[in-house]
Amino acid sequence: MRSFSLIDFISLVEALRWTVALVVLALVFGAPLALGLAMGRISRFAGLRWTMAGLIQTIQSVPLLGLLFFFYFGMPVFLGIQVPAIIAVTVAYTLYTAAFLGEIWRGGLEAVKQAQWEAGACLGLSAWQQFRHIIAPQALRLSLPPTVGFLVQLIKGTSLASILGFVELARAGQVVSAATFQPLLTYALVAAIYFALCLPLTLWSRSLEARLDGSR
Amino acid sequence: MNFLPLWRYQNQLIDGAIVTLELTVIAAIAGLLIGIAGAVALKGRIAPLRWLVRGYIELFRNTPSLIQIFIVFFVLPTFGLKIPAFQAACVALSLYFGAYSVEIIRAGLDSIPRNQVEAGQCLGLSGWQVFRHIVLPPALRNAYPAVTSQFVLLLLGTSLASQVATDELFHVAGFIESRTYRSFEVYAVICVVYFAMAMSFKALFAIIGAMAFRWPRRR
Repeated sequence: MRSFSLIDFISLVEALRWTVALVVLALVFGAPLALGLAMGRISRFAGLRWTMAGLIQTIQSVPLLGLLFFFYFGMPVFLGIQVPAIIAVTVAYTLYTAAFLGEIWRGGLEAVKQAQWEAGACLGLSAWQQFRHIIAPQALRLSLPPTVGFLVQLIKGTSLASILGFVELARAGQVVSAATFQPLLTYALVAAIYFALCLPLTLWSRSLEARLDGSR
Repeated sequence: MNFLPLWRYQNQLIDGAIVTLELTVIAAIAGLLIGIAGAVALKGRIAPLRWLVRGYIELFRNTPSLIQIFIVFFVLPTFGLKIPAFQAACVALSLYFGAYSVEIIRAGLDSIPRNQVEAGQCLGLSGWQVFRHIVLPPALRNAYPAVTSQFVLLLLGTSLASQVATDELFHVAGFIESRTYRSFEVYAVICVVYFAMAMSFKALFAIIGAMAFRWPRRR
């Protein structure tokens, strides 16, 4: 047993890299997929709409921990190949992000009035041009506050990767806590770091929402 | 792929699912009570109490549920307050759910236009009558969807309690996996069980919602 020192603090901050890396990976792969899901959800084709809705419902009805374990422990056994941890974890977070962001963005797209599409059509714009120049910008503005809110959810969600032995912030906290026998100090510090990451986003999301409210 | 070895663990799975449901219901009820108390405090006149509630909300909404469970389970014993895993998970999840509930309930109450309250007062209704007949029914209707979706998230979130060895569903999964080494099948089954529970609750809430809030809407 040793006392809590600067080196422990440094190891926590260093582990933060992986927390950030997981968030970035989830967004890089999850956001395009989310856009696809959202566009599928408002598609003209009923079959596509239902498939996308089912996909989103399924992922949202399974615990994130379940997704992580399924792709980390289950999938490699099923496929009979070695899957690097980072890939398994990225797949799980990507699906999680895609489902939640997809549903948020669908809400934004549907909140734009039908007449806006029709106005675009009257101006002779193609379906894609209507989406790209008329609907998407308005939908983006509407769905920005909940998107930032989800980001907080995602940052908190990356703590679950610690359970798979991924040394991000929460896992580093466990290691330091075990080494120093100072759970109070360590976990308080870990919580404080998460708090410092998430609070600005929460406040930003709230101010975006307030601004939106005023413009209506 | 072979699901047969899992069959003999069905009793454990059912027991695990029951513990998961217990955790969810206890945390939901305690959390809603916290939510109501918090919303009342936020509406109240005592400024320090309002700050306290705001601080509580921000603190619990901006830190991971997993860390909160760890703090309750690992840190409280250092103060001589040793509580079993299940109770620790209940406390942590209640506080987490409570923080969201305060905001949901407050938003529900805020959704009632001020002039409706004034209209009630003009009709000579008492403060309680205004609340009971004018504010509460529409506020409940407005808050209902958010509460139910938060409830489903809580149900899924109870899986984190497995990390402090509460023997709920996800913990059972780990146990079965260590016995059978059938990771794929075990986690596939567990995900399906959570899916079934989440879907059942969504369906139940949809039915309750349709029955409870069917008074005439303004057309």
